[in-house]
Amino acid sequence: MGCVVCRDMIDVDAIVDGWGGDDEFVIEMLQGVQGRFRYLPEAALERISERTGADMGRLYHIATFYKAFSLTPRGEVAIQVCTGTACHVQGSVRVIEAFSRELGVQPGKSTKDLKFSLDGVRCLGCCGLAPVVTIGPDLIGGVDSSKVPRLIKKYGRIPAASTKKTAKAGAGERADA
Amino acid sequence: MPKVTLDNLDAVAQQAERERAGYKAMLMVCAGTGCVSAKSLPIRDALRGEIDRRGLGSAIKVVATGCNGFCAHGPICVVEPEGVFYERLKAEAVPELIESHFVKGKPLEKFLYRKNGKERPIPLEKDIEFFAKQHCIALRNRGKIDPENIADAIRAGAYRAIHKVLREGADGDAIVAQIVRSGIRGRGGGGFPTGLKWKSCLEAARKRGVPPFVVCNGDEGDPGAFMDRSIVEADPHAVIEGMLIGAKAVGATEGFVYIRLEYPLALERLRKAIAEAREWGLLGTGILGTDMEFDIRIHQGAGAFVCGESTALMASMEGRPGEPRAKYVHTVEYGYRNQPTVLNNVETWANIPQIIRRGPEWFASIGTGDVSLSPWGGSSGTKVFSLVGNVRNSGLVEVPMGITLREIVFDIGGGIPDGRSFKAVQTGGPSGGCLPESKLDLPVDFDTLVEAGSMMGSGGMIVMDDRTCMVDVARYFVDFLCDESCGKCTPCREGLVNLREVLTRITRGEGRESDLGLLEDLGAVLTDGSLCGLGQTAANPVLSTVRNFREEYEAHIHDRRCPAGICKDLVKYSISFECTGCGACVKVCPTNAITGETKKLHLIDEVLCIKCGTCMDVCKFDAVKVQ
Repeated sequence: MGCVVCRDMIDVDAIVDGWGGDDEFVIEMLQGVQGRFRYLPEAALERISERTGADMGRLYHIATFYKAFSLTPRGEVAIQVCTGTACHVQGSVRVIEAFSRELGVQPGKSTKDLKFSLDGVRCLGCCGLAPVVTIGPDLIGGVDSSKVPRLIKKYGRIPAASTKKTAKAGAGERADA
Repeated sequence: MPKVTLDNLDAVAQQAERERAGYKAMLMVCAGTGCVSAKSLPIRDALRGEIDRRGLGSAIKVVATGCNGFCAHGPICVVEPEGVFYERLKAEAVPELIESHFVKGKPLEKFLYRKNGKERPIPLEKDIEFFAKQHCIALRNRGKIDPENIADAIRAGAYRAIHKVLREGADGDAIVAQIVRSGIRGRGGGGFPTGLKWKSCLEAARKRGVPPFVVCNGDEGDPGAFMDRSIVEADPHAVIEGMLIGAKAVGATEGFVYIRLEYPLALERLRKAIAEAREWGLLGTGILGTDMEFDIRIHQGAGAFVCGESTALMASMEGRPGEPRAKYVHTVEYGYRNQPTVLNNVETWANIPQIIRRGPEWFASIGTGDVSLSPWGGSSGTKVFSLVGNVRNSGLVEVPMGITLREIVFDIGGGIPDGRSFKAVQTGGPSGGCLPESKLDLPVDFDTLVEAGSMMGSGGMIVMDDRTCMVDVARYFVDFLCDESCGKCTPCREGLVNLREVLTRITRGEGRESDLGLLEDLGAVLTDGSLCGLGQTAANPVLSTVRNFREEYEAHIHDRRCPAGICKDLVKYSISFECTGCGACVKVCPTNAITGETKKLHLIDEVLCIKCGTCMDVCKFDAVKVQ
């Protein structure tokens, strides 16, 4: 167990180093950690605090303020149902209810096996294709509630590795590098 | 790559033009977020493969462009130079397309645009009513250039404005004066004159003797709006050039773009564009071979609507939670890192190079009012809107200020689909309001829409048909704002929760006689007492719907009825005689509430029905009714 933690800490350090340890970029660092672990482990927050000098209160404030962060592990495949205005008037409420019903989780939560997490997001900016859903790396337009079971089946089969890769991309990269 | 200088920019553009002229045709495949998700990249690859297979590679070039704007008809490909518009393409039909268009010389009809999907095909993009009334300044290069190729952007005129500024040796005051004269006002929603903002920043920087920053606000949070995403995806160099001019005007050497987390493609394009601009000597030190120095860094948002507010955005850039502060001291004086900061929205920045190139008088001649004395005198230029919702031609449109809502919704947008009728158009996102049919002839500009109880906002324009419940829409926006309120000031934090409580009660059929008055009172408190723009405008969706659709609220309160059939607690589902007994609904019903023999009328069990609407989604005969 100890070694796993060591390895993880090396990853956290690499993320912090990628931003030069500058506390102005703690939000970007936390995004890197979220991408790497699919949540913000307390140990990682402590490490960032130690390395950048940002106190834990500030890190928790950020972690709970911004929607990109989660303090509990998220599912392997992120399902995001767009609830922007265009999607709303074209029936996104029924779509998110259908996902919730089929997966047996409330929006904002992950399935027990951590395969899926379900979220409603405010506008993905593809309003011309409403109602829109993103599942893992894919964006799917024109979704209605009757298509939901098939989508869950399709993405439930994807092996863990392929989705992990996309989640990891960009983590720890310096934006202007 | 040799650096671009004041002397060789023309030559670089001509070289790119010659290369392009070497091709007989260009296939401009839309690779904006919308078309990519409709699988336009496999189409691009199939086109390239087919062209190579036929040995046409030296005559025809396939270019992946940014968002074309006509998103609902994707995947889109436009054949230049004629401008033949193909829509809803399929990868497997690519050989047929190439055969027909290039070998037989006849456009392939089945992928041409047809009005309402059935009339005579319209082959040319410029003849399609969606494009005909548009006037593109910020979007002038959409679908025309390869956004990931700086040479192509230079060919299309990028960096000519900064070239002009540096060649003429214009100083800060001269540039600011031009921007003031153009009358351009902030496209992010506030409508504050850009030139006056720059002027204050320049003065503050001089007075304090500290270097200012320029910042681009790409935190497009309004639901139902994607103008900034499209601009960055289609023409990132326009934004970079705008910022260069801003930097030259106020004397900044550092610039930042704050971009939303939800826009991965825009972020990637912008990163590439910045890297290319640096390589070509258009960012960094010695820009265009002069002594100008300026560079841009990207800050990525982490998902918070309030970060679109200037002080919150700057807090977020400093690595803190995005909470606004009171603006007794303006950010042009004490902004990012407590230094003078110019913050403009993506669309505003993208307009700047054209103002410099074509002159402020040209820009001021477009739009409404008279801006010759003060930018406050009118609304000049164009505005980009994302025209979405229950409208036939949804997509991105750029129109001159002063056009009427009716022209946008019915002429460009093609009206309401599925034989439904128009009910309202929502502008200004969660800070705006819903305007009914009677307000459709109003000219669209900053001041008129505010007088009508809405606002232009950043440009979201959501069309709603008669199946939309206005009480539900008001509740939707309040719910959104409840989530997004940062909680710093009490009127916004508590006021919104109370508004939501009252609206939820009404949608459940538990509304009280006094509720409409209560909504108006709460709205007034929010407007007067909140700290930042989010709270001050938060009541608009509620107040505008109470004012314009009062009878709908009354139906919910007095008759316990939702006329649009949306509010779940007030409706029930049933199957009408249009039912053919196909059984599609029986298969999908999650609670097995539908019964009926094949080819006979089906029946919904009201006790088992959870009103999920799946049966309505699958029914091909419109037999499922909501009452």
